[in-house]
Amino acid sequence: MPFIPHTEEDTAEMLAAIGAERIEDLFDEIPAELRIDSLERVPKALNEMEVSRLMHRRAQRDGAPSCFIGAGAYEHHIPAAVWEIATRGEFYSAYTPYQAEASQGTLQTIYEYQTMMCELTGLDVSNASLYDGASAVAEAALMAVRSNRKAGSRKVLLAPGVNPTYRKVARAIAGNQGLEFEYLPMDTADGGVDFERLDQDTAPVAVVVQQPSFFGTLADVDRLTDWAHDRGAFVVAVVNPTSLALLKAPGHWGEAGADIACGEGQPLGVPLSSGGPYFGFMTCKQQHVRQMPGRIVGRTTDLDGNTGYALTLQAREQHIRRTKATSNICTNQGLMVTAATIYLSLLGADGLAAVAKASHRNTARLARGLCGIAGVEPVFDAPHFHEFALRLDRPVAPVLEMLAARDILGGYDLSIEYPEFGPELGNLGHVLLVCATETKTDADIEAYVTAMREILETPVAQSA
Amino acid sequence: MNVQEKLDSTLFEQSRRGRRAFAQAPDVTEATDLPQALLRRDRPGLPEVSELQVVRHFTRLSQKNFSIDTHFYPLGSCTMKYNPRACNTLASLPGFTGRHPLGPLSHAQGFLSCMWELQEMLKDVTGMQGVSLTPMAGAQGELAGVAMIRAYHDSRGDHERREILVPDAAHGTNPATANMCGCKVRELPTTAEGDVDIEALKAAVGEHTAGIMLTNPSTLGVFERDIIAVDRIVRDAGGLLYYDGANLNAILGKVLPGDMGFDVIHMNLHKTFSTPHGGGGPGSGAVGVGERLLPFLPTPVVSRTLRDGEAHYGWLTERDLPQSIGRLSGFMGNAGVLLRAYVYMRMVGREGMRRIAEYATLNANYLQARLQDAGFELAFPNRRASHEFVVTLKREAREFELTAMDVAKALLDRGYHAPTTYFPLLVPECLLIEPTETESKQTLDGFVDAMIDILSQARDRGASFKEAPHSMPVRRLDDVKAARELDVRFGKTA
Repeated sequence: MPFIPHTEEDTAEMLAAIGAERIEDLFDEIPAELRIDSLERVPKALNEMEVSRLMHRRAQRDGAPSCFIGAGAYEHHIPAAVWEIATRGEFYSAYTPYQAEASQGTLQTIYEYQTMMCELTGLDVSNASLYDGASAVAEAALMAVRSNRKAGSRKVLLAPGVNPTYRKVARAIAGNQGLEFEYLPMDTADGGVDFERLDQDTAPVAVVVQQPSFFGTLADVDRLTDWAHDRGAFVVAVVNPTSLALLKAPGHWGEAGADIACGEGQPLGVPLSSGGPYFGFMTCKQQHVRQMPGRIVGRTTDLDGNTGYALTLQAREQHIRRTKATSNICTNQGLMVTAATIYLSLLGADGLAAVAKASHRNTARLARGLCGIAGVEPVFDAPHFHEFALRLDRPVAPVLEMLAARDILGGYDLSIEYPEFGPELGNLGHVLLVCATETKTDADIEAYVTAMREILETPVAQSA
Repeated sequence: MNVQEKLDSTLFEQSRRGRRAFAQAPDVTEATDLPQALLRRDRPGLPEVSELQVVRHFTRLSQKNFSIDTHFYPLGSCTMKYNPRACNTLASLPGFTGRHPLGPLSHAQGFLSCMWELQEMLKDVTGMQGVSLTPMAGAQGELAGVAMIRAYHDSRGDHERREILVPDAAHGTNPATANMCGCKVRELPTTAEGDVDIEALKAAVGEHTAGIMLTNPSTLGVFERDIIAVDRIVRDAGGLLYYDGANLNAILGKVLPGDMGFDVIHMNLHKTFSTPHGGGGPGSGAVGVGERLLPFLPTPVVSRTLRDGEAHYGWLTERDLPQSIGRLSGFMGNAGVLLRAYVYMRMVGREGMRRIAEYATLNANYLQARLQDAGFELAFPNRRASHEFVVTLKREAREFELTAMDVAKALLDRGYHAPTTYFPLLVPECLLIEPTETESKQTLDGFVDAMIDILSQARDRGASFKEAPHSMPVRRLDDVKAARELDVRFGKTA
């Protein structure tokens, strides 16, 4: 029996100790009319060799294309040590560190993680993770409502560069509590906020600012931060952790700094893996710590006065506060945090900056190459981090299909999300978002540019 | 700092300016061309250490953890069963880990075929009509479930139904979730025998009832015997039934939540389907629904169409499910966890599903019987255990000051992870014990011996365990200090 160790003798002895004749008797409290004899659609068991053959076949079927897609998930080199260690059974098969004395490994790792995220974001306190970047934005908005009571508002304004999927997720998670998420007007020249068209009388509870934006652009976040603070709103910074090796930390945005920073932790040593498991990170100013969702680890001392680590401020959490908890989150993304902590330890500040610089350089190189093709031009006049929006002279989807046929995943078709953006964003049709991280060689970039040139040299009518 | 503390210092203390694990990062020497105004002037204080230091540090830290791979871990309500290594190995194949979530369907058929089959298998084991895999943990599955119940009532113009009934024994996530969905929580009392108080339920339901959240078998470790009556009462009042799948392991292949009348269920794949707990996640909280809630499933959902006899897999999005409660994650949830659950279910197979419930239940009832024989008091002595059961130490606490906390800490010194303590909240000084099916009789006997040893030392020899544990990397920690002198990042204390 797979994974069940009982011998027939064991089972007989155990039933005797219970005073039951058959295992079936142990289910006699379930109404007889509800019990079933067999499942119908779960297939018969495969042994490890058979399932291994099946999974290898399916993994191979999806190939190993050259990937230039970003849009919220980024291909980075993951040092071998990261997952070698993270999948040690002692990390992999432990649970939430409720018994602190028997969980010091996980607890100290989280404490070190919290420190690193505070350092990167320039804020005071970090939690132990949320599910992913999208749900982190929802939690940050809810936290802002709790912390910024004097705003007396449930309206959250989003800079135009906030990932449109994050808005959808925030609505699904927080919408039932009456929170509204609206985009600020966009300056179509640079992808940032159109300050001329801002409603100066608005008083939102929070303004969410994503830097780099979903389009890869970098904006004057100081100005928008100050504008939001002038209106009594919290500033929620949505940031890419890799970029923070170079870019101004949210804690230093504007006069007062962002109040909460959050984002997608995946770039820190977590594989693309079809979208998960990733992890959401969240940091904030000290004064808001009691409204923070999720686990927090604190350093303390034991009976002998030695240093130790424990979950702290648990009175915020669902298992204590129930209805009044800051969030319903319980299990979060512990193993991914372990991986990220190892990743950041291996890279250090200089290593992470090198990853960021190489990704920026490669994307700039790719954008230059592609913009050298007739029918391709940049969309925004703004500095870019490691993604770049390009306008094509024809619909993007068929072009991406032709690239995929050559095993090149050419980027993300921004027109997919365009209808969701609303008319204030102008015409983003035919816009392709590309990304080349440090994993791409000059030859990879050249191969993409060459393929794109060949495809775009074909007249539109035939390519559609 | 003593020798041990030095060895176990944080990486920040081991850091030396200018030391790097050079092989890990690309070689970039040129300055960036980004505008100065956007750049940070301070250097983030990440550790500067060698690769060996990193490997040694985290390997040493790992060794301070109890885990399933190293210790018996009978943490009630968490289903800490063995996580087969093949699940990790096969979900980590490069074709799976390297796939970008927004990659084209042409490069996703292998992955999606696994996901579609997983949805089908989960429908089968729950008796549900549709499944969405996107929720990233049990609590997010709960959120999806309650949001769907709310959306269902709203779609019928029934906007007054905002009350969720929750038994007082429920997980804290149940009331917290109902609150997050903008619903009011109404608590239901439990009878002395551990069932929902039917009279109280009848009095509680009405025109404001949106639904009831039940865990069955309950967090008290017993099967809700009146489930058919509960179903009828709630349904007659116009409410829907939510199944918290935390304890699904106990009934796999024996009874289907769909047959019990439930409209929606979340499953904790990291419990029942043995994906790793990871020191606190990632989990996975797939949701299943009956006919009435199909239009409200969170997106995306994996679809299959047959063309010329060949299967093509794709996604159902908001466009296909316009009444959906929406998206809960940036992409499609914890895909890698889902792959592990898929591999596990294929290895266990149809017959194996039933065996899981059977041997999990056998182990729990055996352990319950042995501990009762040894003099421990059961919270529900007249009931069968499901896959877990509750021991109460209220007598021991009163008579010789042996509390649930003391037993938990004394167990650590004996090489066993503690059961869940002080939950469910309505049983004083309780231990919630869940052995799971993957533990042998010999392991359970060893645990019983340890429990007997603790009890007899306290009762017969007046031993105190207030200062236990003694053999762990640290002794009991000062939680009050941790909260009062908040030190949550190295180098700064509040």
